[in-house]
Amino acid sequence: MSTTVNTRCFPLPSSLRVVPGTERAQAAYPYYMQFSKEDDERFWFYNSMHFPEPMSAFDVITAEAAYCALGAANTRVQSLPTTLGIDYRIVNGRIYIGGNAVTDPAEIARRTQEFQQRAFYYYEHWEELFAQWKNKMLGLIRVAEALPKLSLPEFEPLEHVRSGRGIASNHYLLDIYQKTLEGYFRMWHHHFEFLLLGYGAYLTFFDFCKKAFPEISEQTVARMVAGMEAEIFRPDDELRRLAKRAIELGVDDEFREGAAPRDIIHSLERSKPGRKWLEELAASRDPWFNINVGDGFYHYHRSWNDDLSMPFASLPGYIANVKAGERIERPIEKLMAERQQLISAYRELLNSDEERAAYDQMIQLTHRVFPYVEGHKFYCEHWYTNLFFNKIREFGALLAQHGFFPNTEDIFQLTHYEVEAAIIDLMISWSNGSPPRGPARWTAIVNERKAAIAEWAKHETPPALGPVPDVIDDPAIVMLWGITRENLEAWLAAGEKPDSNEIKGFAASSGVVDGVARVVMSVDEIDRLCHGDILVCHVTNPSWAPVFQKIAAAVSDIGGSMSHAAIVAREYGLPAVVGTGTATQKIKDGQRIRVDGGRGVVTIL
Amino acid sequence: MHSTANIRWLADISLADRAMVGGKGGSLGELKRADIEVPPGFVITTHGFEHFLAALEEDNSIRSHVEALRDLKEISSFSAHVRARFERTSLPPDVYADIVAAHAELCGSNLNFPLAVRSSATAEDSDNASFAGLQETCLWVKGAEAVLKSVLTCWASLYSAASISYRRERHMPEDGIAIAIVVQKMLDVRSAGVMFTRSPLTGDRSVITVEATWGLGSALVSGEVTPDRFVIAKITGEISVREISDKPIQHVPAQAGGIKLVETPEELRGVPSISDAELKALAEVGRKVERHYGRPQDIEWAIDRSGEILLLQSRPETAWSGKQRSPVAKPVENPLLHVMNIFGGRR
Repeated sequence: MSTTVNTRCFPLPSSLRVVPGTERAQAAYPYYMQFSKEDDERFWFYNSMHFPEPMSAFDVITAEAAYCALGAANTRVQSLPTTLGIDYRIVNGRIYIGGNAVTDPAEIARRTQEFQQRAFYYYEHWEELFAQWKNKMLGLIRVAEALPKLSLPEFEPLEHVRSGRGIASNHYLLDIYQKTLEGYFRMWHHHFEFLLLGYGAYLTFFDFCKKAFPEISEQTVARMVAGMEAEIFRPDDELRRLAKRAIELGVDDEFREGAAPRDIIHSLERSKPGRKWLEELAASRDPWFNINVGDGFYHYHRSWNDDLSMPFASLPGYIANVKAGERIERPIEKLMAERQQLISAYRELLNSDEERAAYDQMIQLTHRVFPYVEGHKFYCEHWYTNLFFNKIREFGALLAQHGFFPNTEDIFQLTHYEVEAAIIDLMISWSNGSPPRGPARWTAIVNERKAAIAEWAKHETPPALGPVPDVIDDPAIVMLWGITRENLEAWLAAGEKPDSNEIKGFAASSGVVDGVARVVMSVDEIDRLCHGDILVCHVTNPSWAPVFQKIAAAVSDIGGSMSHAAIVAREYGLPAVVGTGTATQKIKDGQRIRVDGGRGVVTIL
Repeated sequence: MHSTANIRWLADISLADRAMVGGKGGSLGELKRADIEVPPGFVITTHGFEHFLAALEEDNSIRSHVEALRDLKEISSFSAHVRARFERTSLPPDVYADIVAAHAELCGSNLNFPLAVRSSATAEDSDNASFAGLQETCLWVKGAEAVLKSVLTCWASLYSAASISYRRERHMPEDGIAIAIVVQKMLDVRSAGVMFTRSPLTGDRSVITVEATWGLGSALVSGEVTPDRFVIAKITGEISVREISDKPIQHVPAQAGGIKLVETPEELRGVPSISDAELKALAEVGRKVERHYGRPQDIEWAIDRSGEILLLQSRPETAWSGKQRSPVAKPVENPLLHVMNIFGGRR
């Protein structure tokens, strides 16, 4: 065992101060999410990939549910040999996570034996298990959709009396709430059922390519692996289709830049071709507009279905492209042929038939597992999550109606425990005829927490905390967050040389472009992007795809070569640098920057 | 253009003619055969050299003397002696006439067209010995008389102290050693450099590395300028590395012949000496050459002011090709075991 003391260190968790005046908002998070003294011994990093903005008290449920399921899959279900699950903490609304490595060789050997019986079974039966998975997910979605609307009538409906239901409406509030929560926690288990195994197979191939071709770019490997028909591309595909249909139906003039979706729809309703287009829109919306304008991890990442302004904003651009004679459908056959050509060409360059045989084995497995890696997000992070937040919103509306707080959305300032308490408060009040206690309590707390989040958003938070580990050998951390020892060194170096005008990240899509940086901290700001701007953001997700037709390049704080920004940038042929760690902190809005996507370098000019 | 025993035009040469036209001449001819642009030119064959040597040696064999040389002192004094003799001896009449005729044909209306006169030894650029830089090259040679003088200089360089030492160290028999001379039009070079069809850093066969600088490639080869450096993926054409360096000086042809060193104009110092489009075209040429030879190549190239890409030389890459490498991975009975490389932890 190495006993060298690692002197490289990020700030210790105990040195992080809760922003003055926000102590009570910080204390609202459950005790098991708070940093303690012992946490100074461990390495943590800020999960800005998934949680780039301070999280409200309710929204942390996503971290809770996701890490419960991720950890269970790693630790108990598949028994990953070298790692258990992920620990997480929250401070100033920021979620820090840390891996739990297994280092004892005997324990690794024991877990390896388990892993090979479990994970290998999944790989062997991948297609049937994945088909089953889709059915399970659709079933889960149907269950969530079928949850009754909330109702608290003055008198119990007569038919309930006559049918002898025996259980009054107040009880169903608790029942529906608990089922809503239960479904969300359950969904996250589905999310992680295959994920690590899928990434692992991909990384196995990636690792081989890097050894056989030390200078191959990550994006090239990604292109050899990428499937083309994953559901996550469908929403954008549907928009392109609708743009084309608008022209075919002769209603394309209705889609003017800046026009409100409601006005457009209103106008379309007045003509026969317009109504035909609206029918097609309806077909696209269910289910493909169940896509959030974020990763689905914040209640305010509304879906296209809930807010049509995002998809409608990109229709004029697509319509113009079609009219200019561009073929806007993704040329799937061509992309697949290119992929195959790439695979064969690299195969030819290998040294021996022995290597070629190993290469074939690895790419085959990767192609089998990849549809899950690409496809799961639509069902989990988008469709289901959207249903979940909207159901919680119904409770928000009910509680607001009973005076617990002014607005529906205020419910997201309560933890899920507090929401349950408020619901029970309302249930009791409804049952005994006394006024609920909540209205006197929650409004002030909601306001205090909103203020805290606004305050936290103004403060930068360190990318990592605690001692830098000698090695990062945790496949989960490497795969999901792209955190490597090299990244950490770069982050440390960035902290030491704040004057450097160069920011390094992953080379995600090649090309060099100069332009004006538009630092977009949240999806609400997407419409600030002008044609030719360079998008600088924490992280992008599939619903941002339409902005890629406007921008000249993309830069993100978080993400690897398979991250959304990287994939879409390659499709659009735009330079992209991802996983910079600090781009949104170092680049100021409006600055001129140069993005060199081939080298993974962003320069502030 | 017709070839004679003393003269072979590049178009009439293949690699199989190396014994007669030397490594460089054979390689250039082979490139031409593969439909790769090279500067137009001809080769003065080893037959011409032997003819000259025979006249010179009537009384006294040079080759057997060389094999008897024991140390550097002996080598140096013998080398000086041979070179003096070379300079005193005139060319056999048919060799002289053939060179002058070929020169006239190459230059066309402008008999002062600047030419490059390069040595092409028969053992040169073979797979296991590079002979790099041992024999003479004369650049910017104008007029038939100057060419003839340069030919003698190049021939004599086969017996320079460095060349003799190199051969003696390797116990190479002198009988197999001869020299041909490549005579080519000088290009009006804008940018030049080298290209490796496998990475010199990692041996990666999937990338092409290009080093480029303004002016003649000699500035780069001599190390006087840090070149721009690019890495291009062979299969995708993606330019993954682009290091643009400061190139304060460049080599350009001197008015009086030879090369001179000049400052690079300020506005060009820090900008790429080759455009992306040229880089891609160059990489395509590199792939074509590699395919033609069936193995990775080290290539010298130039781009003239009209933007045309020409190759000056291509030879098999030797540094990595000689290395034995164990397979990155072998097929396994249960393909799933491959994933243990990731899940099994560090090994």
